[in-house]
Amino acid sequence: MSVRKAKHGWILTLIFTILSVIYVLPILIVIMNSFKLKAYINRYPFQLGANPISQGWDRFVAGLQRSFVGLDNYVEGIKKIDFFRAFGYSLFITICSVAVIILCTSMCAWYITRVNSKFTKGLYLLCLFSMIVPFQMVMFTLSKLANMLHLGNPVGIILVYLGFGAGLAVFMFCGFVRSIPIEIEEAAMIDGCNPLQTFFQVVLPILKPTAITVAILQAMWIWNDYLLPYLVLDIKKYKTIPIAIQYLKGGYGSIDWGAMMAMLVLAIIPIIIFYSACQKYIIEGVVAGAVKG
Amino acid sequence: MEKSIKKYFPLFALPTLVAFTIGFIIPFIMGIYLSFCKFTTVTDAKFTGFSNYLKVFSDATFVHSLWYTALFTIVSVIAINFFAFVIAMLLTKGIRGTNIFRTVFFMPNLIGGIVLGYIWQLILNGILAHFNRTLVYSSAYGFWGLVILMCWQQVGYMMIIYIAGIQNIPGELIEAAKIDGASNWQVLKSVTLPMVMPSITICTFLTLTNGFKLFDQNLALTAGEPMKMSQMLALNIYDTFYARNGWEGVGQAKAVIFFILVAIIAVVQNKITRSKEVQQ
Repeated sequence: MSVRKAKHGWILTLIFTILSVIYVLPILIVIMNSFKLKAYINRYPFQLGANPISQGWDRFVAGLQRSFVGLDNYVEGIKKIDFFRAFGYSLFITICSVAVIILCTSMCAWYITRVNSKFTKGLYLLCLFSMIVPFQMVMFTLSKLANMLHLGNPVGIILVYLGFGAGLAVFMFCGFVRSIPIEIEEAAMIDGCNPLQTFFQVVLPILKPTAITVAILQAMWIWNDYLLPYLVLDIKKYKTIPIAIQYLKGGYGSIDWGAMMAMLVLAIIPIIIFYSACQKYIIEGVVAGAVKG
Repeated sequence: MEKSIKKYFPLFALPTLVAFTIGFIIPFIMGIYLSFCKFTTVTDAKFTGFSNYLKVFSDATFVHSLWYTALFTIVSVIAINFFAFVIAMLLTKGIRGTNIFRTVFFMPNLIGGIVLGYIWQLILNGILAHFNRTLVYSSAYGFWGLVILMCWQQVGYMMIIYIAGIQNIPGELIEAAKIDGASNWQVLKSVTLPMVMPSITICTFLTLTNGFKLFDQNLALTAGEPMKMSQMLALNIYDTFYARNGWEGVGQAKAVIFFILVAIIAVVQNKITRSKEVQQ
């Protein structure tokens, strides 16, 4: 805009560069510690080796050799919590739940908006209402009910996620369906489409941007969710990543910090890969979701 | 058209309806009923009236966690929104590297609460070790630890929403104010702030409910130590259900109170900030 701002631009860039480095520092420190001997992690988390650099180069290098353990922490952690199984379960549950939520709630939202009755209005209001109910309210009864219905496995939990995540998704789809001119659908129907064809060939393609927003919000929630799967799943058999990591904290609060650091890094890596691949969609999705929600 | 869609009810609405009934409606109604009962599992409930609710308020840990949560929520809402807004203002000035900064600040948001909790437990304990303290030394350390953690996690998210709000302000509006002789401060106060009020509504709503409902981060960072003094409401409810025998009914009563509090906050907050929004 004005000349003055451009002049001071580089100062801001400098400040933000420093700030950004500070911002990612916690993650870098965790990565650094994941290669260190257990004993040195919790006591000296900010040191590269066993001795600080201020004690002279030779001692620093000796300390480094003493504390560096290569991939030992990773090997131990992966064995301890069966990381790749947990990763598989997390991936399966997240992808399937999101897919099911998108499909079912978009269909339901279309039905709710296009069919005008007391029932659909009531259902819409219930969905709105469910958005402000905290999980703790239904936590106990939901986990018992899921148990009775044998939903405590990676397939069953999809139904639970559909049920508990329906509120937000239906609400967001409804908001968008309302803005679609009904004439488009009527034209399709007159041309001989049945409602199913109309929905999948005409409505769903138009809903795509909203579907991406819903998918991102739900995926962020389900991938990181701890309490719901912990209570619903049979956790002796099925652990997702958050459950597996919490599991590393043994009884009496003692934590194997070596394995913990390595597993934290492994838990963050897929997120960073996902983020860098779909950054644009994620940020747009967050904005769109916030404006509607 | 409506009639032909209606025939397809089982295909379109039924799956969601069934899941919604199992995942929300039944647990919710049962939850309210059970808060008036004594029970250990769902099937052996005996109606006991309001005795659970009386027990809730004589439970010192609950009252403590309620104040602890309220204080935490106030502090975190102010801190997160302040930083997010300032950063958003600076990042809409068109400086070099804006995109990279935005990406970096947003990133912690995608990391789950449990993972965040352990990352910060390491960092904060490392810093506190210089003063011979740990996070669980007193509830104040846990409190400020959680505030720092939540800022780190959520500033980026709120910043994105504020940036979208600021970019929506028509440039002429600010130019006109400047031509009329408004100072930077006046532009901020009388033009920018009222124009981003919708974003402020959303961000305060999100930070408020996130803060109030916080669980994972609390569990991973301090797990309520020392002596349940850093327990927030959600963790206190969980603890009442699963760590105390025979307190399930009280836990459910706490959950109902928790739900009512969240609902009141959501509705009141929405009313207050919405009334301050201006029509574009």
